[in-house]
Amino acid sequence: MTYRNNPDAINALVRPAEVHKDLFISDEIFELEMTQLFANTWVYVGHDSQVPKAGDFFTTTVGNESVVMIRDTDDSIRVLYNRCPHKGVMLVNETYGNAGRFLRCPYHAWSFRLNGDLLALPLKRGYDPEIFGQTEAQNGMAAVENVHNYRGFIFCRLNPQGQSFEDFFGESLSTIDNMIDRAPEGRLEVAGGVLRYMHHCNWKMLVDNQTDTCHPMIAHESSAGTAVKVWEEAPEGTPKPMAVEQFAPFVSPYEFFEGMGIRVWENGHGHTGVSNSIHAAYSEIPGYFEAMCEAYGEERAKAILSDVRHNTTYFPNIMVKGPIQTLRIFKPIAANKTLVESWTFRLVGAPDKLLERTVMYNRLINAPTSVVGHDDQEVYERAQHGLMSRGRDWVNVARLYEPGEENRKNEVTNGTNEWQMRNQYRAWAHYMTTGMKEAS
Amino acid sequence: MSQFTDQDIIDFVYAEARMLDEQRFEDWLNLFTDDGHYWMPLAHDQTDPRLHTSLMDEDKLLLRVRVERLKGQRTYSQQPRSRCHHLLARPEIETQHTSHQPDQGQYVVRTAFHYVEVRQDTQTLYAGWATHELRVEDNTLRIRRKRVDLLNCESALGSIQLFM
Repeated sequence: MTYRNNPDAINALVRPAEVHKDLFISDEIFELEMTQLFANTWVYVGHDSQVPKAGDFFTTTVGNESVVMIRDTDDSIRVLYNRCPHKGVMLVNETYGNAGRFLRCPYHAWSFRLNGDLLALPLKRGYDPEIFGQTEAQNGMAAVENVHNYRGFIFCRLNPQGQSFEDFFGESLSTIDNMIDRAPEGRLEVAGGVLRYMHHCNWKMLVDNQTDTCHPMIAHESSAGTAVKVWEEAPEGTPKPMAVEQFAPFVSPYEFFEGMGIRVWENGHGHTGVSNSIHAAYSEIPGYFEAMCEAYGEERAKAILSDVRHNTTYFPNIMVKGPIQTLRIFKPIAANKTLVESWTFRLVGAPDKLLERTVMYNRLINAPTSVVGHDDQEVYERAQHGLMSRGRDWVNVARLYEPGEENRKNEVTNGTNEWQMRNQYRAWAHYMTTGMKEAS
Repeated sequence: MSQFTDQDIIDFVYAEARMLDEQRFEDWLNLFTDDGHYWMPLAHDQTDPRLHTSLMDEDKLLLRVRVERLKGQRTYSQQPRSRCHHLLARPEIETQHTSHQPDQGQYVVRTAFHYVEVRQDTQTLYAGWATHELRVEDNTLRIRRKRVDLLNCESALGSIQLFM
């Protein structure tokens, strides 16, 4: 069986209530994800606060494409493929920096404007203009045509043709809106450092896990459950530490997660925590509510802060937590290897204590040294091994499935429903096969 | 207040590493003062543990959670268990460090190390420097702060399960 140019074979991997193991273990499927799925969807690149001045750059990946996000002299943000059009050298090798007025290749000093246009090359007289004009290199570095800056969040779509940014995200942008609105000045800045954690499993297991509410009390009993037990032994009257406040909700009972609800949007997006969430009961931080009231008025401030969404999955590969200002990106490296980056934001105009809480959350939950992350990683790795078994072929996502749900849009349901996972896999099949030509 | 010799300080650092390698975690936890801290920065030369995140920034309560967790029946990432091995260079007394005040019962010592963690068939090597800020309490040396600077603190790391 080959999947390339075979949309029927790909579609057959996603059934109403189960998906085939090849989604997680097949190298060919992984390659097609890179050329199809990650090209047809709007993929998160970075935040504009990472490149505040002209010439500032940030290198990252979109799928498996190495790209440079760079601020141009006209203040716009460009996304360039990180490849010199001359001999193919990766032009930028640092994660952050400032290129000055142009990018320069370290091999032969070909240089490029901040929008990728070829600026100059040494010994230019050695090139016949007519011949050179027929080469690809005359066009400079390739730029991603479709880049969208949504209130500071930069997304791109590698495929020149396709769905618009607005059509792709639709109502799901409300989570990003809420996270930004939590800043008294209505803007965010990347702050607090990025945690990078290597996982030996398929990237989609991590995406699934963001809306899996049936695992925390099981997988995290060892960490969150232990934290609660240790805290119970503290002398009476000891103030509850921020860390315990963050750990404890992970071991809430099933009823809590059922009740908090899940909202399923079109195109693979969705979020847990509609009416309640594990972030809902954090203690107040002095001065913050006052700053919000001053900025928005009391009624609007209360409305913003009462929206306590838990995990919002933006298909294909990020998760945003508005109430604690974190963003995780699941970077696919191979069918069985994924780099997870966990980013945190400062709410501009809010007391530092909010950033401190964000930073602590990120460290306690998302670090390679996190005891919460260890148990997640463990089950993903065991799944990656287990799926190689010839004893079974399918992964089950049947919980609370209802025939016909495929045609319903933007609904709220029971918080332990696996509808969002099914929503992701239906989107997966759609964007994997979009524009795919049948082999003749 | 009794004075501790350089050799006492050095012996303490080796003894602590041995406790970890032998998984005597309760004894290890008792080495810390009540306000003791274990800090593993995320960035080279990091000075701020509050508004910049860290790999670890654990007070005694969080260290206690880790130690209790390692004993738990449902600690799946430790089934089977990890083991660790410290190889220490000779510790150096940090006489220039502002917290090194022997007359007040405070000592600072820095130790280059190689640390190996192994679980099942995977063995991972880490290299770094540990800086111990020690304080004399009840006539014994205790850890006020242990700072662990990893050479690759900014790299994409896999799970680090035990203590360096």
